[in-house]
Amino acid sequence: MIEIKNLHKSYKMGSNALHVLKGIDFSVKEGELVAIMGSSGSGKSTLLNILGMLDVADEGEYNLDGMPIKNLNETKAANYRNKFLGFIFQSFNLINYKTALENVALPLYYQGMNRKKRQEKALKYLEQVGLKEWSHHLPSELSGGQKQRVAIARAMVTEPKVLLADELTGALDSKTSYEVMDLIQQINDKGNTILVVTHENDIAHMCKRIVYLRDGVIVKDEKVKQVRAKEYVQ
Amino acid sequence: MFDIERWQEIFDTIRKNKLRTFLTGLSVASGIFILVILLGFGQGMQNGVAQEFEEDAITSINVWAGTTTKEHKGMNPGRRIQLRNENYELVNELFVDDIEYGSSRTYINGLSINYGKESLAYGLQGVSPEFQFIENAKISEGRFINEYDEVNVAKVAVIGNKIKTDVFNSLESPIGEYIKISGIPFKIIGVFSENEDREEERIYIPLNTSQKVFNEADRIGNISYTLPPADDFKTAVAEATEFKNKLRTHLQRVHTVAPEDTSAINVFSMMEAADRYFSLIDNIKLFFWFVGICTVIAGIVGVSNIMLIVVKERTREIGIRKAIGAKPWAIVGLILQESIFVTAISGFSGFIFSMGLLEIFGPYIEVDYIVNPSVNFNVALSTVILLIIAGTLAGFFPAWRAANIHTIKALKDE
Repeated sequence: MIEIKNLHKSYKMGSNALHVLKGIDFSVKEGELVAIMGSSGSGKSTLLNILGMLDVADEGEYNLDGMPIKNLNETKAANYRNKFLGFIFQSFNLINYKTALENVALPLYYQGMNRKKRQEKALKYLEQVGLKEWSHHLPSELSGGQKQRVAIARAMVTEPKVLLADELTGALDSKTSYEVMDLIQQINDKGNTILVVTHENDIAHMCKRIVYLRDGVIVKDEKVKQVRAKEYVQ
Repeated sequence: MFDIERWQEIFDTIRKNKLRTFLTGLSVASGIFILVILLGFGQGMQNGVAQEFEEDAITSINVWAGTTTKEHKGMNPGRRIQLRNENYELVNELFVDDIEYGSSRTYINGLSINYGKESLAYGLQGVSPEFQFIENAKISEGRFINEYDEVNVAKVAVIGNKIKTDVFNSLESPIGEYIKISGIPFKIIGVFSENEDREEERIYIPLNTSQKVFNEADRIGNISYTLPPADDFKTAVAEATEFKNKLRTHLQRVHTVAPEDTSAINVFSMMEAADRYFSLIDNIKLFFWFVGICTVIAGIVGVSNIMLIVVKERTREIGIRKAIGAKPWAIVGLILQESIFVTAISGFSGFIFSMGLLEIFGPYIEVDYIVNPSVNFNVALSTVILLIIAGTLAGFFPAWRAANIHTIKALKDE
């Protein structure tokens, strides 16, 4: 699903350049649940941004589902993001004056889907994350875990090829974190490809594979025995 | 434009910032308000001046004689020039093609005028039948002086409406009554009305009568003409000026006056004066446009400013939208549309308010030179177009900035 070869990225910081990614080779198959681990400054967020087409690599190849991702302009990148990728952020990034339902429906709006269809579909995904009764509540009326579940529904609603989650449990307590991870595992069980960036060990072990990143290179890439989050949820 | 979702988003943001949006809108509304009121008064001034000139036929040209100030062909300065019947007749013959109506006039002063026991103190003038059209006098009762009166040296008089209300108030009509001028009875045959009371305080008698009965012989005090109507104002002004110069040159020659001596033969063209007034008013109107548009621009800058703040405040939201697939154009449209919406709504309210004010109170405004300030359809239309342009301009820079927001940075924005 994802093929990356020799990826380099550096940022100019005044007179000297900061080399963040120093040749990443990495691939993800369909249906995988991969955790990218690393301390802050290891380059994991940069990698995720490049995978998410929010940033462009200086060097290297990136193929998404067999399609080379290069020479993107803003409009094209926006189009690909909308069609192929779903984002889940640490700080949820819901629009605070829109209801849960409207937030979930927003990506479909940018696909040009009509209002009625949009709302039907959004409601279906809200139901999947167990928030159907909360559909007309504003984000401020929801708990952290509920907000993240709305965000997951929003990421899922366009039926993307890959879900990209950036520290999705970073703002949640451990109980809620496990609930959210349980949901992620369920989604993965249905065959969705998911990439999770995290620095929490227990969260990483709830994935099927962990990629360790340090100082811009992959130091370890191993398959792990998945810990089911459900065991912790009761 | 007809995207319900986008409108909802715009209303959402406006609802969140009611006071701010209202105050911004107020600056645009007052800008348009001031513009419309100024333009209304510009039109009012034009109406007022046009009305002033309506009192006499606008193509009228008046000639009167004065005293020479320059030596010419052996004649000393200080000589009094007297216009006579023969001057008038010769001009009529020479310039027959240029003239629409003509009349010479005598001013008769120092005679006692009585109605019964009452003494009347009004101006007495001898005029020809065509004078009615030159003066734009409207006959409200009876008739004006006619050729028959002239030929027969009839002792008849036409009085102004003011005299009728002052003196003949108790009668149903003054027609058929007699007034005594220097003891000679004159029959009142008509009443005329004018826009101004001052011009209604006159008694007209036939020119011929005035000369024969009151010893004026062939002397005349003033000659008036009107020119036939021209296709447009510019030609009319040009024709009037040309005729004025021709007439003066001719009379100067007849009376042996130096061509550069302007005070011996005076010629006044209403058209030229009107032209000066109208071009003055055009300039004033231009100035009003300028001031009005500057005020509107001040409003636009306000809107632009607020939209920049809106973009700044919504940076994170714009980042989210971009992350989930909003194209730059969608972001630009969102900001631009809100800006146009705010300017258009507030502009229209300012517009409607000022138009309403002009419509309701305009007709009651009658100061000298300002009559019925109003705004015509074309001005209304240009204001609307101005508003749309204004809204677009106001939204452009903020929208451009919004579209160029870096998604990753925007998502980190607090």
